[in-house]
Amino acid sequence: MRETNMKKILISLLLLLFGTSAYADCNIKSGSINILANDFPALRTFVETAKGCKGSADFKVTHSSEHNKIAVPALTANPSEFSARIAANSSIVPLMNQDLIRPLDDLVKKYGKGIQDSQLITIDGKIMAVAFMANTQHLYYREDVLKELGIAVPKTYEEVVAASEKIRASGKMQYPYAAAYKAGWNLAEEFVNMYIGHGGEFFKAGTAQPNINNAKGVATLNMLKKLAGLSNPDYLTHDSEAIKVEWESGNVALMTLWASRSGTLLDDDGDAKITAATKLTGPATVAGGNIPAATLWWDGFTLAKNRSDADAEATFRALAHAAANKKMVADAADQAVWLIEGFKPGPKSIGVIEAVKMKAKPYPMLPQMGLMHGALGSEIVEFLQGKESAEQALKDVEAAYMSKAKEQGFL
Amino acid sequence: MPNKTFFWFFLPTGLAMILFIGLPIISTGIQSFYAQHDQVVKEVKKCDPFGCTVSIVVDQEKTSKIREEKPLGKFNGFGTYVDRNHLAIEEIGKFWNETNTFGEFVDQVTNLPFYKALIFTLTYCLFVTPNVLLLGFIIALSLNAVTRRIRGPLIFGTILPMIVTPLVGSLVLFWMIDAEGIIGANLQMLMDDPYLSLKSSKTLTWITIIIYGIWHHSPFAFVVFYAALQTVPQEPVEAAIIDGASRWQRVRHIVLPHIYPVVTFVALISLMDNFRVFEPIIGFSAEGSAQSLSWLIYDNLVNEEVILFGSAAATSMMTIVGIAILLAPVLIRTWKEFRTAR
Repeated sequence: MRETNMKKILISLLLLLFGTSAYADCNIKSGSINILANDFPALRTFVETAKGCKGSADFKVTHSSEHNKIAVPALTANPSEFSARIAANSSIVPLMNQDLIRPLDDLVKKYGKGIQDSQLITIDGKIMAVAFMANTQHLYYREDVLKELGIAVPKTYEEVVAASEKIRASGKMQYPYAAAYKAGWNLAEEFVNMYIGHGGEFFKAGTAQPNINNAKGVATLNMLKKLAGLSNPDYLTHDSEAIKVEWESGNVALMTLWASRSGTLLDDDGDAKITAATKLTGPATVAGGNIPAATLWWDGFTLAKNRSDADAEATFRALAHAAANKKMVADAADQAVWLIEGFKPGPKSIGVIEAVKMKAKPYPMLPQMGLMHGALGSEIVEFLQGKESAEQALKDVEAAYMSKAKEQGFL
Repeated sequence: MPNKTFFWFFLPTGLAMILFIGLPIISTGIQSFYAQHDQVVKEVKKCDPFGCTVSIVVDQEKTSKIREEKPLGKFNGFGTYVDRNHLAIEEIGKFWNETNTFGEFVDQVTNLPFYKALIFTLTYCLFVTPNVLLLGFIIALSLNAVTRRIRGPLIFGTILPMIVTPLVGSLVLFWMIDAEGIIGANLQMLMDDPYLSLKSSKTLTWITIIIYGIWHHSPFAFVVFYAALQTVPQEPVEAAIIDGASRWQRVRHIVLPHIYPVVTFVALISLMDNFRVFEPIIGFSAEGSAQSLSWLIYDNLVNEEVILFGSAAATSMMTIVGIAILLAPVLIRTWKEFRTAR
């Protein structure tokens, strides 16, 4: 009896002593880790998990929604301020253009146990990033409102418009639709989604010449304007956070929003009745197309080129630990659609899974796409305000893009 | 002060100015004449969790070689200055030939980003500066007339708008004018128009920003004018009272001429400040309706995923030229007065 007790105590003591090294393979001895990432719950979970195996390495992280503005200057410095940057399809492009990130092939071979092949982002045969979650923008709807008015869940943007008009006519809500239309990046992203839904191509095949001033572009703008007319009149100042607030105040019944926001939308904060009636569905299609008017996104990590090999190795080991972590995926299944092995999709992942099923296109990873996105964000505003024709707005976008592309040497 | 003493007094400031203001301006000027090298792109296979595609990337090997040879970029002369996103010389010529009426021509020109921003910046300057001077002067006069006992707290209250950080001040107002904020909701009720939104209408956004500008800058004018009012000699004022001059006449003929140099000073500083209007545009999320020259520079530097150094530098240089042109009349006048005074 006594002996077995002693044994138990000894074992628990041993476990306590070596418990922390249960992550045996990421017992990092040296190096310094500094991560730049966007700020939303799933990324915080991911970085926290990586921190769990930092060993004796120095560990720092910057979560900022302004990450795009910091990334290029911070990684250009030598040595770079950050050893890793959590990037997405669009934000990896400027890093590639400036040659600021390093290929990960050797590190993946050495330390990438558990990372699935599908997680690897390869460009020209070299692994440039390791993805860990997927994201898209899709529809959210208020089940109670739609049921009460006998409206079916919309599958196309035409149906979204009809449903919103019906809700408005019923007097229940004045501005039943919401999407992040804030002038700048957000508005441009909505255009990109809608234009892809119309089957449009942004550039003439094989060149950097713009190709949006056409019938599809005009149809895209007209649809955006219709939707804007059903949104809160302040729509040009509303980003994802602002429309989330609108939704939680019960002012909106249909909304296009990021899948990664569903976690905070469906948590226990706020009106329980609204939360209970909030339902998710796939992204809508438009103009009779089969592919959704949405883009698929991945979030993954990249390593800075201008940083010592030792730091890169330490950083990779910590992040790879998170990018192949079944426990994290099980614990935080609600926070994101993880691309990591062992993920079991829950009700909050419907949007992304539907989008993938419907063969949504990924956001175009082209070197000059950032310039097009920037030009769209400022030049289509006047059309939505009713000060300009669709053709003129598209002509302006193309002209603004051409000047910038010439300055950047793309044309 | 003898010139020699002045020189030694000024030397540290002068050196700091050359180092921190002069050299950066020169560097910006040089930068504005350069554009990026022609991008060498190649076709590659890209794979991500959603599948593989053939797409293009920048060819780093070739690009880095070109970059090493000429790190500044490709010499572009005034190319960036005259392109469509700046002075748009070519486009304006085209508009002139293509449009039928002058109104149409103006419409086309003001649709170009640089001119759009210039018009907002100038409108802001022209409305804010005189109103700041006027309001600051009226407040200074009124405060100068109240009893000394309550003057302290009143002065503190008056300069509060200047103490509040511009961004915070504009954010507070931004929330108040929201369709559900205290001002926004009451305006909707007053006007009996549930669709009225101060943020979505261009004109109303401009008016809001201008009112905010006046509110924020008036305390500065007030403080300077109030200090100047303390130096107005009492004898001529008393003499004027005995002669039966009204309050307005005293202000017009004694006070104003006395503080005139200070008025010029405040006007100069306000004009310079207002020409660089920036924070309220961010605070009010007004990028859609109002863009200023400073905002254009900001946009080129941070809003794009690619940083447009050439564009930003060119706009910066033109802002400096713009301020110089605006200040020229006041400066010439001061110089002339200085000459006659000697």
